[in-house]
Amino acid sequence: MINVHIDGQRCKGCYLCIAVCPRKSLGVAAVLNKKGVKPVEFKKGAECIGCRFCATMCPDCCIEIEKE
Amino acid sequence: MEKIYAHPQSLYNVSSHYCAGCGHGIAHRLVAEAVDELGIREKVIAIAPVGCAVLAYDYWNFDCTEAAHGRALAVATAIKRVRPDNVVFTYQGDGDLAAIGTNETIHTANRGENLTVIFINNAVYGMTGGQMAPTSLIGQKTATTLKGRDPALQGYPLKISELLAQLPGVKYVERVALISPAEINKARQAVLLALRNQIEGVGFSLVEMLSPCPTYWGMSAQAAMGWIKETMIKEFPLGRIK
Ligand SMILES: Cc1ncc(C[n+]2csc(CCOP(=O)(O)OP(=O)(O)O)c2C)c(N)n1
Repeated sequence: MINVHIDGQRCKGCYLCIAVCPRKSLGVAAVLNKKGVKPVEFKKGAECIGCRFCATMCPDCCIEIEKE
Repeated sequence: MEKIYAHPQSLYNVSSHYCAGCGHGIAHRLVAEAVDELGIREKVIAIAPVGCAVLAYDYWNFDCTEAAHGRALAVATAIKRVRPDNVVFTYQGDGDLAAIGTNETIHTANRGENLTVIFINNAVYGMTGGQMAPTSLIGQKTATTLKGRDPALQGYPLKISELLAQLPGVKYVERVALISPAEINKARQAVLLALRNQIEGVGFSLVEMLSPCPTYWGMSAQAAMGWIKETMIKEFPLGRIK
């Protein structure tokens, strides 16, 4: 099982990670963060293959990925 | 728990002042990852520019200093000569490196100083409000070229990396683009090589990164990546120049 941790408070909403995810597992949260943007979230029940594309694109280093 | 991607030790876990989708954040991370991989966090000394990256020292968890606009390579020369065992690099924008600092850039390269340069080409002056940079493209609309850059008035995009590659003191020059996971991984390899060159005493090494500025290009982050791919790379081709 691979877990994607997204720091939703630091996310600025550029959404570059969403565009590169090969499994379309990232989406936009419904609620604003403290910066006033809707941060990226890992979709419920979605799958992660651990490719790191999202973390490689993220200009704000908001994403960490772990394998259980 | 095995980390597949972990926050680099050389990057503080803080929010940066950069705009959403700004390439500086990607470039900062790549440098931090390279410093971690080479195990030189205690040896590295960075010189931040004047420009959007002026506060880089708030983000990198290693020794940093700051130079007057364009003078980063003059300061780097002094630090490296006094402390030759340290790994010294500058991180400079196109306005800093290729406009106000052209003199320092060319002469430091021509002296063949054993330094590493990370050169961020975003085709505008970001910090001051999106004015034309020497690297702005022909026809590019900026705060000071409202109808687009006109070569008859403002000259041509300056390919400073190609110019520097002519100098015998320059050992390694590569242009990369921060536009996709594959290209960003190539950029990481280029940063590693440019730092390794210094450690091995090879000499002056420069990595130019085509980097998005969605704010002053007036585009979404995604569109800015597309503009680099479709338009900017035509003027600034990727790959190893020297
Ligand atoms: C001696 C001097 N002249 C002018 C300025 C104003 N100034 C600050 S940043 C900058 C340009 C920065 O552009 P660039 O190097 O491309 O970096 P970016 O902000 O795009 O990352 C200028 C002209 C200054 N700070 N000092």
